[in-house]
Amino acid sequence: MHLEIITPDEKVFSGEVTAVNVPGADGAFEVLNNHAPIISTLAKGNVKVKSAGTEKNIMIDGGLVEVLNNKIIVLAEAVLS
Amino acid sequence: MASLKEVRGRIVSVNSTQQITKAMKMVAAAKLRKSQDNIIKLRPYVQKLNGILANVSATLDGDVENPYGAERKAEKILIVLITSDRGLAGAFNSNVIKASQNLLNTKYSAQLAQGNVHFLCIGKKGLDFYNKKGLKTIGNFVGLFKSLSFDQVRPAAEYVMNAFVNKEYDKVEIIYNEFKNVATQIVRVKQYLPITKDDLPKAKAAEVKVEPSRYKTNYIFEPSQKDIVADLIPKSLKIQFYEGVLESNASEHGARMTAMDKATDNAKELLKELRLTYNRTRQAAITKEILEIVGGAEALNG
Repeated sequence: MHLEIITPDEKVFSGEVTAVNVPGADGAFEVLNNHAPIISTLAKGNVKVKSAGTEKNIMIDGGLVEVLNNKIIVLAEAVLS
Repeated sequence: MASLKEVRGRIVSVNSTQQITKAMKMVAAAKLRKSQDNIIKLRPYVQKLNGILANVSATLDGDVENPYGAERKAEKILIVLITSDRGLAGAFNSNVIKASQNLLNTKYSAQLAQGNVHFLCIGKKGLDFYNKKGLKTIGNFVGLFKSLSFDQVRPAAEYVMNAFVNKEYDKVEIIYNEFKNVATQIVRVKQYLPITKDDLPKAKAAEVKVEPSRYKTNYIFEPSQKDIVADLIPKSLKIQFYEGVLESNASEHGARMTAMDKATDNAKELLKELRLTYNRTRQAAITKEILEIVGGAEALNG
């Protein structure tokens, strides 16, 4: 599963992951392999990126996520770290 | 004719001016590259955002409640003027300021007479100009260009959008220089708010060409299609604002580069002339001296 986190200024993250937890506007949810296509708005919060034993947290200031064919794209207005 | 010493002094000063303009040209070129990088870096975000916006609104039934599209009688006007913080960039700043004056004198002369036209200036040059003229300027968004990023520009865009939604202003116009190439800038005057209806379908049409198959996908929408569109519109507006600032920034460096290039050339011409004058003056002085000596010797012999 491929994940990209993009802000207007830069590409914050790009790479293969096993699971992603995003702060949806109606509550956080997790995206695993073969997730159904979804478009959701995101609230301010943590994006948890899990890949092969490592876990990474990226704090975003609201945004949008699109999942399609095992490609996840997170559009964040800003990354707070 | 000027004395030798005077000419020598001028040569030295023109020389050092030329060095400065040359250095400024180099700096502007480096900064131009960086600002163009910024524009390129923004592209994936914009494409994705417009793609999703088109995708979601294409399958949406009915209108979304959109506070940014509210048409009101144009009584209170806000003009966003994007200039630079520094001068020495040719006609870069005066062009946008001229365009804004034009707008004031024609389209908004009635509102101006009532004092209902306010300015929000990005960049010090525009701010100084309208402060001097005594027109009301709001917000303090100067010095953004030192390290330009979306985070820096976002508060300005949000300020404008909030002011519009709170009905402090009925119309927002944005004036900036668009970057065409290093030597050419195009002054753009755009209505920023309320959003005109054509602004959204444009993104739609562009998307259809790129990925037509995408429309067949059945997305899950969370919270709902309408909410997503309502959420996307301000995001897209902020990006438009940022694009304007980025374009203006690239134009600024382009304009400065051309201006400084011309200045360096002019200095070169001037130096050539001065050197000629210097040599001529020197030669005249020598000739005069020889004549005096010869004249003296003749007198002694005589």
